[in-house]
Amino acid sequence: MTGSPYITQPRRETPRIMLLVLLALLPGIVAHWWLFGPGIWVSLLLCSLFAIGFESLALLMRNLPIGFYLRDNTALVTAWLLALSMPTLAPWWLYLVGVFFAIIVAKHLYGGMGQNLFNPAMVGFAVLILSFPVQMTQWPAPAALAAHVPSLTESFDLVFAGQGSLSIDAYTSATPLDSLKTQLRAGTAFDDIIGQAIFGHVGGTGGELVALMFLAGGLLLLALRLITWHIPVAFLGAMALTAGLIQLIEPGPQAGILFHWAAGGAMLGAFFIATDPVSAASTPRGKLIYAAGAGFLTVIIRVYGNLPDGVAFAILLMNIAAPLIDRYTQPRVFGHAGRKGKGSR
Amino acid sequence: MRKLYPFPGGVHPPEHKSESNGRPIAQAPLLPRYVVPLRQHIGNPAKPVVKVGDRVLKGQMIGQPDGYVSTAVHAPTSGRVVAVAPQPVPHPSGIADLAIAIEADGEDRAIEYQPLLDWRSMDPSTLRNRIRDLGLAGLGGAVFPSYIKLNPKAAARIPTLILNGAECEPWITCDDRLMRERPHDILRGIAVMQALLHAEEVLVGIEDNKPEAMAAMQAAAEHCGFPLEVVAVPTQYPAGGGKQLTYLLTGKETPSGALSTDIGVQVFNIGTAYSLYRAIEFGEPVISRVVTVTGHVAEPQNIEVRIGTPIADLIRLAGGELAGASGRLIGGPMMGFDLRDDAAPVTKSVNCVIVKNPILFPPPPPPMPCIRCGECARACPALLQPFELYWYAKARDFGKAQGYQLFDCIECGCCSYVCPSHIPLVDYFRYGKSEIWAREREMQAAEQARKRHEFHLFREEREKQEKADKLAAKAAERLKQGAAAPATADPEAERKKAILQAAIERAQKAKANIQPRNVDNVPPDVQHEIAEIEARRARLREAAHAQDEDKA
Ligand code: SF4
Ligand code: SF4
Repeated sequence: MTGSPYITQPRRETPRIMLLVLLALLPGIVAHWWLFGPGIWVSLLLCSLFAIGFESLALLMRNLPIGFYLRDNTALVTAWLLALSMPTLAPWWLYLVGVFFAIIVAKHLYGGMGQNLFNPAMVGFAVLILSFPVQMTQWPAPAALAAHVPSLTESFDLVFAGQGSLSIDAYTSATPLDSLKTQLRAGTAFDDIIGQAIFGHVGGTGGELVALMFLAGGLLLLALRLITWHIPVAFLGAMALTAGLIQLIEPGPQAGILFHWAAGGAMLGAFFIATDPVSAASTPRGKLIYAAGAGFLTVIIRVYGNLPDGVAFAILLMNIAAPLIDRYTQPRVFGHAGRKGKGSR
Repeated sequence: MRKLYPFPGGVHPPEHKSESNGRPIAQAPLLPRYVVPLRQHIGNPAKPVVKVGDRVLKGQMIGQPDGYVSTAVHAPTSGRVVAVAPQPVPHPSGIADLAIAIEADGEDRAIEYQPLLDWRSMDPSTLRNRIRDLGLAGLGGAVFPSYIKLNPKAAARIPTLILNGAECEPWITCDDRLMRERPHDILRGIAVMQALLHAEEVLVGIEDNKPEAMAAMQAAAEHCGFPLEVVAVPTQYPAGGGKQLTYLLTGKETPSGALSTDIGVQVFNIGTAYSLYRAIEFGEPVISRVVTVTGHVAEPQNIEVRIGTPIADLIRLAGGELAGASGRLIGGPMMGFDLRDDAAPVTKSVNCVIVKNPILFPPPPPPMPCIRCGECARACPALLQPFELYWYAKARDFGKAQGYQLFDCIECGCCSYVCPSHIPLVDYFRYGKSEIWAREREMQAAEQARKRHEFHLFREEREKQEKADKLAAKAAERLKQGAAAPATADPEAERKKAILQAAIERAQKAKANIQPRNVDNVPPDVQHEIAEIEARRARLREAAHAQDEDKA
């Protein structure tokens, strides 16, 4: 017996929201396809299938209605975010392991949908990068620079049968973020590095367009009111601030703000990963603190750490802090003493 | 234009006003039977003053106010009392409650009403008591006894009187129709409120989806003789919530746990003003009200019916349910409740009956897990974090839920309405509140048990004391006999003796059936000591007594 209200807002349902998130990822995916070849579809497909498989298995073991929960599409969102964070054309088992840690460990062992402390896709990613650093840094080279762009069938072959006739160097290269760090540490002059073809205009050839498309998808999420402005703005703002500060205090030239925004997973992280409501802080002020922390850590890890990108670990670190941040940023309740007005919403 | 202060949160559910607001208010014919519950208002239920078989007249008081927070109920027509017993009432619990059933005799003869036309020259407290005896209570749904709310002495000053004509719940249009059709009468009622509260400004808040009502009220306000402003407020649920409307119109937040009068504002419903008008103008008690009957019925409309009209009859008056009806709601879809038994009658709080069908009111989709999306928090007019409350209420961690201010939840339903996972959040909050209340009652019971135990100890102590008094008396008796009263001029000794005497007399007056047991065997010096102690005690008692008298 349930009581009032007896009506619900039409057209706003969790499965639908997740579907819209997937749709908002499409521009970035298409840009990726355009620039790096069709391999991205293979990794998306594999991750999706693995995710559905693991999700069903977990639901079965937990004695929950499989059809009902699969319908919510959250497993797919996790799968896609993981696939988009991983190199395409990696061996199939790498996706399997990543999805296993995302769905089984990070999600269901924590109690299932809505209960996970960490962003599942980022847990999968973190496990992979720590366990399989070599495979995780072999990114396909941008089509414009590669000796050969694998076709869809070649992509399947690469993923399932290994390299085959193609030499790995023919289609992979280090990412701009990675090469910048390695070369800077090797003593190459900044301007020389930046002048290399892989760096494109601001964030690496191809990368910058993909980032732009993820930004567009993120703006769509904002327009549909599926996310609020707090997290992307604070995340990108803190990144800019930190990058700017580093430029000021570190001797010699450093990667600029635009580079940091356009490179790696910054846009994907700002709009799609850090905004995952389950693992993020949820109060308006809390979101600002949480995302600013993640943005700051991202740049710090990129510049001073040994990891290829900082987004995943920055978000995971802030995930730990999110419950605490929420506790200390509870908004003033109507009729209670404190700041007047509508509160920062 | 008056500056408005938008309240936080809120939602825009489909309005569904046009179904019922197009027709004029219909008058219900006399029905053969009425059922008048004794609990129609907040506070103590009225005490029945008739018994089965009694003949009653229309307007006769059949239940009298019981205590301060209470008000009267009256016979809606003339006839015979056929039952004073628990009967179905419109309440979410569906539990029967004490009600008086009256069989109409068809004559509809009324008692002699005494209009209060000279109310301006009446003593305010007499006037308020008359209002209480005429059964006035808030007709907006909260049904708080009006006479209490009209007493400015409870608060220091009430400069602002707000009339709530927002009618923000979907489907409901009874206040809309009243304002369109009877604006002058409503204003006459408001005039009484304004005078009793000495209000300096009177604001009528009406949602801007009711332009006809706005126009009618504005036209009437031009010659009402006191400063009154009709204010259009944006259509946004829950603009008609007391705290929300107050904030919207004045920018003042009602502090948590306080009343609007604490910030100098009193809020009444439009329907209450109208019934106050009838009370003043005709001396008529609250025996009728306007009810919206809408939804899946043949002729959705507003009907003026007598209190006590069985809801089944009310629905029939609106042309009856259409095929495929799937239940009935009392009140609006956001805060109303399912009616279990349509034999339950219209009471003062019933402003709307909605007949459901599965298309207008589909069964709630199965809830999914909370994804902490925060939609509920953005919709909450109380600025709460409903998903946190839900989390703790579900985990039965009510202390935490209270820490997240569960009791500031006004149960408006906005959070459940927007939740993309269809979680029945408000159900959890109602459950949480009732659990906390239950626990508090348990704690009070434990406290009472403790007090009883302490009283028991106290009584034992008192009995011991009484015994000691008697011992002292005995001892003193002996002293008197033995010492043969040597005349001493010592005033101090004299005083002691007098006190001793007083103690003796008091002891003698005390119940004499407890026999002193061991005194007789005590040596005289010990006896003397006892007497001395007694005397000292008596002195203290005397002093305390004197002090009490000083105070009195
Ligand atoms: S709206 Fe529903 S799903 Fe979203 S945070 Fe609130 S309770 Fe959770
Ligand atoms: S029902 Fe309570 S928690 Fe939900 S929106 Fe209304 S006030 Fe907020």
